[in-house]
Amino acid sequence: MLSQLRSIWEILKHSVSKLDTVQYPEQKPYLAPRYRGRIVLTRDPDGEERCVACNLCAAVCPVDCIALQKDTREDGTWYPEFFRINFSRCIMCGMCEEACPTYAIQLTPDFEMCEYDRQNMVYEKENLLINGVGKYPDYNFYRVSGMQTAFKDKGQAQNEAEPIDTKSLLP
Amino acid sequence: MIIFVDGQEIEVKQGENVLEACLNAGLDLPYFCWHPAMGSIGSCRQCALVQYQNPEDTRGRIVMGCMTQVTDGARFSLNAQNATEFREAVVESLMLNHPHDCPVCAEGGECHLQDMTVMVGHRDRRYTGKKNTHRNQYLGPLIQHEMNRCITCYRCERYYRDYAGGSDLGAQASRDHVYFGRHQEGVLESEFSGNLVEVCPTGVFTDKPFLKHYSRKWDLQSAPSICSGCGVGCNISPGERYGKLKRVHNRYNHEVNGYFLCDRGRFGSGYINSDQRLDYSGLKGAGLKSADATFAAVHQSQAIETAAGWLQGKKVLGIGSPRASLESNYLLRELVGRSNFSSGFSDAEAAVVRSIINIQKTTVATNPTIKQMESADAILILGEDITNTAPRVALALRQALRNKSFELAEQLGLPEWQDAAVRNLAQDQLSPMVIVSAMDSRLDDVASQLISLSPAAIADFSCAVTASLQGQESDDKRVQQVANMLSAAKRPLIISGSSMLSANIVDSAACLAEALQAHKQAAQEVMLSFCVPEANSMGLGLLVNEDKRPLRLSRLAKKIDTVDAVLILENDLERRLSQSELDLIFSGKTRVISMDLLENNTLARSDLVLPVASYAESQGTLVNAESRAQRHYPVFEPAAERLCSWQWLLQLAAVMEHKKLAGIAHFDQIVEACSKSQPIFADLTAVAPDHSFRDRGLKVPRQTHRYSGRTAINADVSVHEPPQPTDCETPLAYSMEGLNRDQPASLIPYVWSPGWNSNQSLQKFQAEVNGPLKGALKHSGAGQRLIKSTQQGLEYKLKVTHPRMQKGRWQLLPMHRVHGSEELSAYTDEIAELAAQAFVALGETVAEKLGVAEGEMVVVSTADQEISLQVKVLSRVAKNCVGFSVGYDKTKSLRAGDSVALRRDKSWQPPQVIATDRGVASNGC
Ligand code: SF4
Ligand code: SF4
Ligand code: SF4
Ligand code: SF4
Ligand code: FES
Repeated sequence: MLSQLRSIWEILKHSVSKLDTVQYPEQKPYLAPRYRGRIVLTRDPDGEERCVACNLCAAVCPVDCIALQKDTREDGTWYPEFFRINFSRCIMCGMCEEACPTYAIQLTPDFEMCEYDRQNMVYEKENLLINGVGKYPDYNFYRVSGMQTAFKDKGQAQNEAEPIDTKSLLP
Repeated sequence: MIIFVDGQEIEVKQGENVLEACLNAGLDLPYFCWHPAMGSIGSCRQCALVQYQNPEDTRGRIVMGCMTQVTDGARFSLNAQNATEFREAVVESLMLNHPHDCPVCAEGGECHLQDMTVMVGHRDRRYTGKKNTHRNQYLGPLIQHEMNRCITCYRCERYYRDYAGGSDLGAQASRDHVYFGRHQEGVLESEFSGNLVEVCPTGVFTDKPFLKHYSRKWDLQSAPSICSGCGVGCNISPGERYGKLKRVHNRYNHEVNGYFLCDRGRFGSGYINSDQRLDYSGLKGAGLKSADATFAAVHQSQAIETAAGWLQGKKVLGIGSPRASLESNYLLRELVGRSNFSSGFSDAEAAVVRSIINIQKTTVATNPTIKQMESADAILILGEDITNTAPRVALALRQALRNKSFELAEQLGLPEWQDAAVRNLAQDQLSPMVIVSAMDSRLDDVASQLISLSPAAIADFSCAVTASLQGQESDDKRVQQVANMLSAAKRPLIISGSSMLSANIVDSAACLAEALQAHKQAAQEVMLSFCVPEANSMGLGLLVNEDKRPLRLSRLAKKIDTVDAVLILENDLERRLSQSELDLIFSGKTRVISMDLLENNTLARSDLVLPVASYAESQGTLVNAESRAQRHYPVFEPAAERLCSWQWLLQLAAVMEHKKLAGIAHFDQIVEACSKSQPIFADLTAVAPDHSFRDRGLKVPRQTHRYSGRTAINADVSVHEPPQPTDCETPLAYSMEGLNRDQPASLIPYVWSPGWNSNQSLQKFQAEVNGPLKGALKHSGAGQRLIKSTQQGLEYKLKVTHPRMQKGRWQLLPMHRVHGSEELSAYTDEIAELAAQAFVALGETVAEKLGVAEGEMVVVSTADQEISLQVKVLSRVAKNCVGFSVGYDKTKSLRAGDSVALRRDKSWQPPQVIATDRGVASNGC
């Protein structure tokens, strides 16, 4: 008896509370930056493409909708020759973002991706790549990695000592 | 014998070490420096476990699994806390200097270090000091170097120097400065450098051509395959993605290649992606030749109809090929009729291969597997540079030379896997090996005696040794020495081959083996082995072996006028016929239909060219030098209008309404028909399971279960995903569904096991360490030996023919090169780079007489041509002989045994040095 009364009270309370439903699309809801919508590829703080074509996002994707091919820049660094996401398959689970070791791939709070033609749901790198760092402003993978690049020699990455001179006899 | 590991009783073999015992029992004991083929040195300390004195002992002590020999009833623990902590600490310390590289490391995803790190549970880095760094070296076009990633396990050094006999890679500096590389940057010299990629447990040495268009291991679609690089028939696992062949990895076969390949096999498949592959774009030389001698694209059906019109009811000859599969050759032979089929061997090749087959059919000696060759305790090589003609065999011979040290070790009770101790004991003592050849060979550095003789003299020498074994004295001291060496040995190996194109040498080797076996007790095994020119030389040879009057290629050229058409199967005739003979064939009166995969002049002169699939896009059976039939399967479907050559031939047979081939529509039916055609092929159906094979109801998957991008790969073309291609010809599927476990050994596309992503997961597929694959025990084994010797011995009436050399002329002898001599692999960019220029090889005295030095040019003139070739100076050479790089484009028209005159090329100028990075030698220093 008591619980039934309580239920009725709870329901009645809703008739005077603030509405959760908004008049979309006239009115846009607030979406947190960590919302999982349309995927972008970001750039590092120095403006280079962040993605190093490690293929981890593709491997972890539960619907297998990411395909890419690694290529090499002149300085030996890796980047994707092509990078394709088939959004008609993507379930916005965010696993790719979690797997990405470089913060390159990020989900954004944009979910308005309707198309009349399904083919338009296939995004290539030029459609995915944005001109910014996204949610992680500071990280540049190649500053940490031990690989030699155009902007840093061996021994100049984070926490690295000068290259060893194997011919030296010093202890 | 049993031991206890964590209370579990484990059956072990006398003499093995605890690491092996654990792995055999299916336990996961991490390791780095131990390698199944190279034994233990106990340097990485990763394989630690606890050993207890007795059941009462609860503390125990830490021992290294790889350094501890099993003893009956011994007690160990893998899971004791001090053992797991120790192993974790080892990985942590190995990782102190490891760079943050995995995402951009070509080892990632198949990295033994990653696997072991996860296995021991090490996760967080505690060390905050600076990481050591190293500079990388340029090591040539095949191997990429990234020294920062090294964990100093010493496997590379032990493989490269101790196992493969290389001298230009090793450890430098000391303590945490240790560096593995060359004394200075440069191309790695060893023909087996590619195995570093698989031996190094980290990403220090990686596959450079693969890196250019890299994909992760989990993204590769693979199929069990056979190397088509030479007659050894190594088992390989090629991987494909996006329609390109990406890389070739070793596929274990305990009787053939074991864990290792040569660089031709590993890196020589780049031609499959070559721009020179034939297709129908018109420019690529395939299709129907029009009046203006260019090729016009024609559709498959149109091509078949045109061809059928030329063949139906006409007199047709067929030319087979030692690099095409047995099935394709068989079909062509049936299609044109047996008497109209020429093997496609040159006359000289045909004679040698026939000799080799007849010997193998009757010899009393053993025809050894590569594994058996490793047990030889004395070796005689007759006329071959094995490293260049059957590379993988040379690697086995280097191991055989260690039997001396194993003998010494046995006397001390040292097990063979105690690698450092055994090597220390033996120092540089090796089992004896005598090389009798016309000139330098790449095994010269480990031979006990080198004898330089011309091919005819090699046959004579071998006959003299035979006579000496039969009690005839010889004045030649060397003859006596070799005879003594062979008769003192318990398991002597005589190895010869076809590279000199001399049937005399081959026959004399057989005589010698017979005499030696007669000289010995029955228990002592004499091994006799031959190298053959191409991947399927033996299969083709067997196909025509019973023919009373085989149609020789030169005779075919002469009778070409009498026929209407000729069908050429994957054979560049320029490599086998003279220009005048070629002119006969391409006179225009006879229609020529060619099937091949890469551009060449034979195709350019044909009337209709049908583009065929490569070995990686088709299935077929290849028969290797020991007559082992093995099957390769398509890794991916051929693109464009390409078809497997057997498919072209079946289509032709169908439109021609060929009676004998009427019932055949599938690959398995060809195998069946071929196996019934001759008793020698009876076992062909047992080589591998047929297309109906299912493992737990499913086909064997070519893709890994992590294969990515399935719904995006083709989305750029159409978002509507096409179904996976179906494969109704083989037991494999273009799919990730199914199990890659416990199937027959001939159907293992790649190795992987939970927790073991690297190639070290192989041990999960082996019945025991270094043993056969589990699948080989349960199913048909590792290929089928076709020839079973009658052991009657042959009656040889050997008459060695000596060429008559005029004064001032030299006998031209072929020199095979791992990189450059094989037709198809030479189209691969990296191989072409290593092959460098075609050369003529002269002894020092000849070079001096002609006034030329290494690198300069000499004009070689035969009866009808003159070719200017770069000079290479030999360190030893038989009298009156000069060598030439065989199989190169420039030397295609030179033939073994040609008598040539030489003169300095006066028109040659040394290239002007614009700039040099070499130190300028001043005042004569
Ligand atoms: S995980 Fe990140 S770096 Fe790796 S391929 Fe995907 S987007 Fe690129
Ligand atoms: S060697 Fe292994 S652990 Fe090291 S960077 Fe490469 S993948 Fe990572
Ligand atoms: S380079 Fe590789 S194989 Fe050689 S010591 Fe280092 S980790 Fe071991
Ligand atoms: S030895 Fe011959 S069969 Fe083996 S990998 Fe080398 S080329 Fe291939
Ligand atoms: S594997 Fe045993 S010490 Fe390295």
